[in-house]
Amino acid sequence: MSETQARPKKLVELNDLQLSFNPGKSNEVKAIDHVSFDIYEGEVFGLVGESGSGKTTIGRTILKLYEPTGGEIKFNHEDVTNLKGKALSEFRKDAQMIFQDPQASLNGRMKVRDIIAEGLDINHLVKSKKERHDKVQELLKLVGLNEDHVTRYPHEFSGGQRQRIGIARALAVDPKFIIADEPISALDVSIQAQVVNLMKELQHRHSLTYLFIAHDLSMVKYISDRIGVMHWGKLLEIGTADAVYNHPLHPYTKSLLSAIPVPDPEVEMQRQHIEYDASIETDGQAREMIEVNPGHFVLATPQEAKQYANDQK
Amino acid sequence: MSEVLKVENLHVDFNTYAGKVKAIRDVSFSLEKGETLAIVGESGSGKSVTTKTLMGLNAKNAEISEGSQLLFKGQNLLDLKESEWQKIRGNEIAMIFQDPMTSLDPTMKIGMQIAEPLMKHQKLSKEAALKRALALMEGVGIPAAAEHIDDYPHQWSGGMRQRAVIAIALAADPEILIADEPTTALDVTIQAQILKLMKDIQQQTDNAIIFITHDLGVVAGMADRVAVMYAGKIVEYGTVDEIFFNPQHPYTWGLLNSMPTTDTQSGGLQAIPGTPPDLLEPPKGDAFAARNQYALAIDRQEEPPFFKVSETHYAATWLLDERAPKVTPPIPIQNRWAHWAQLKGNEA
Repeated sequence: MSETQARPKKLVELNDLQLSFNPGKSNEVKAIDHVSFDIYEGEVFGLVGESGSGKTTIGRTILKLYEPTGGEIKFNHEDVTNLKGKALSEFRKDAQMIFQDPQASLNGRMKVRDIIAEGLDINHLVKSKKERHDKVQELLKLVGLNEDHVTRYPHEFSGGQRQRIGIARALAVDPKFIIADEPISALDVSIQAQVVNLMKELQHRHSLTYLFIAHDLSMVKYISDRIGVMHWGKLLEIGTADAVYNHPLHPYTKSLLSAIPVPDPEVEMQRQHIEYDASIETDGQAREMIEVNPGHFVLATPQEAKQYANDQK
Repeated sequence: MSEVLKVENLHVDFNTYAGKVKAIRDVSFSLEKGETLAIVGESGSGKSVTTKTLMGLNAKNAEISEGSQLLFKGQNLLDLKESEWQKIRGNEIAMIFQDPMTSLDPTMKIGMQIAEPLMKHQKLSKEAALKRALALMEGVGIPAAAEHIDDYPHQWSGGMRQRAVIAIALAADPEILIADEPTTALDVTIQAQILKLMKDIQQQTDNAIIFITHDLGVVAGMADRVAVMYAGKIVEYGTVDEIFFNPQHPYTWGLLNSMPTTDTQSGGLQAIPGTPPDLLEPPKGDAFAARNQYALAIDRQEEPPFFKVSETHYAATWLLDERAPKVTPPIPIQNRWAHWAQLKGNEA
């Protein structure tokens, strides 16, 4: 990426990241196929794509839940690609995750107090029972839950409340960076807005940086500063939320955007879904990220990039 | 237009260990030939129970109150014996389920699964039924259908499987097609294809569709009329334009405001506070009152009746009573109303 403008500090850097499942075998899957992007401190970076695009795998690889087969991950300018042991757990204190399904990601046999405090215990962040209790109550209040609920079990809460518990757990260790993997897609519409608003509020208050992974493009557009579009393990386009959403370059992005149903009957009457011909991804030509407009990149050959730019005019 | 289905005063309770869950509390609506009625609501609002009742597929602990009526072709479906249900289910009223992986039989060839209802309901021979199954597979856009008629579900992608589910539902040429979140498990680009397919099919067959969804974007694109459900009741119904541009119930306002649109500004997303009520003990009065910033004193005492907004548009909110104070809805809703006034002005 060009460094001409004064940009805020890079918090997360992915350089040529690769991850293959079953490498070398006939059923090799390139889940992450030479992906590079940066996440700046204090921003919300949205990653969108369909199932199988690799967006979740990227999130998990950053947290080292998967071992990358190539490339480099930097956090706070330090290489974290090959962290192990103590250094790894230090890193995971700074980088936390909020999962998609709050039903599945909370241990049903643990009380809310212990779920939230688990990270505190592991990292020895509290010294006394009292401190632990106070911290848990503070976190519950922070995410808008009743402080008296510490002795309840996850099944006693609704889906939206459970996701708040998941957020409280992530925040317990005071992280800098949070990966939210489809944090709202298991929730009802009216509850989705509550959780998204909570995440935004917490971001401002605790100066957090988010990687927001989702397939719901309208919500991603709403919460993100910048968006990356993925398909088949490749990052196809990257730019500000406004640029990607309103001036998409790559034909896949255009197709994806044209497929989103808009809650407006008049718009829907005229909406035409643009079909995407994926053969341009498999024709064997070399493509790289080309900056078509300032800060707006697309994976293309030089010729294609020119054409995409012309299409916009 | 002719009416194909009329639901009147439907009450469904579920007997559980904890007590009686009042899942459907007095629901009435009608369905015309060739139209799409969308039922929207959150989980627990009763939209899926409504459709299961229409298919006679409720769990054993369901209790349908006397006085409930499901009128289809002049007979009350609730009076049917199971053997009579089987003549209607899958034949005259068919269903497309949400998850195509669990609604197909993994051990049966897809062609055979489509042919089965034809052999059962229309007494076709196996050969004739498979021939028709092939035509149906082509009709729902399965490429090289003849080569794939002996495939098993796991060999297909989610979108293709959902096409197979649609082919099964269409096999007997039903009068009513019930689609319960048919695209929720699919990616948006696949969703767009399936929705288009459903529209095309409706144009050819003129069947009526009941479309259950929580996605207002899908509603806007598919529905002729919309019923909004909350806590086991319909709280507002009208044409799709009336619901989107002239909504009257504060819950409908809340739903519309909690979805970001392309022009939603940052900080402009308005969530509905709180959670839906427990239907073991439905609250007195309007069930939405506790989450409703526009609630009146009477909302906590008495359930609002339906107030008429137009010939096609009704809403159950005391705000429409002539004695109610005038309230100012949230700004995005005001914008919708302004747009509605403009539309009406253009018509006049």
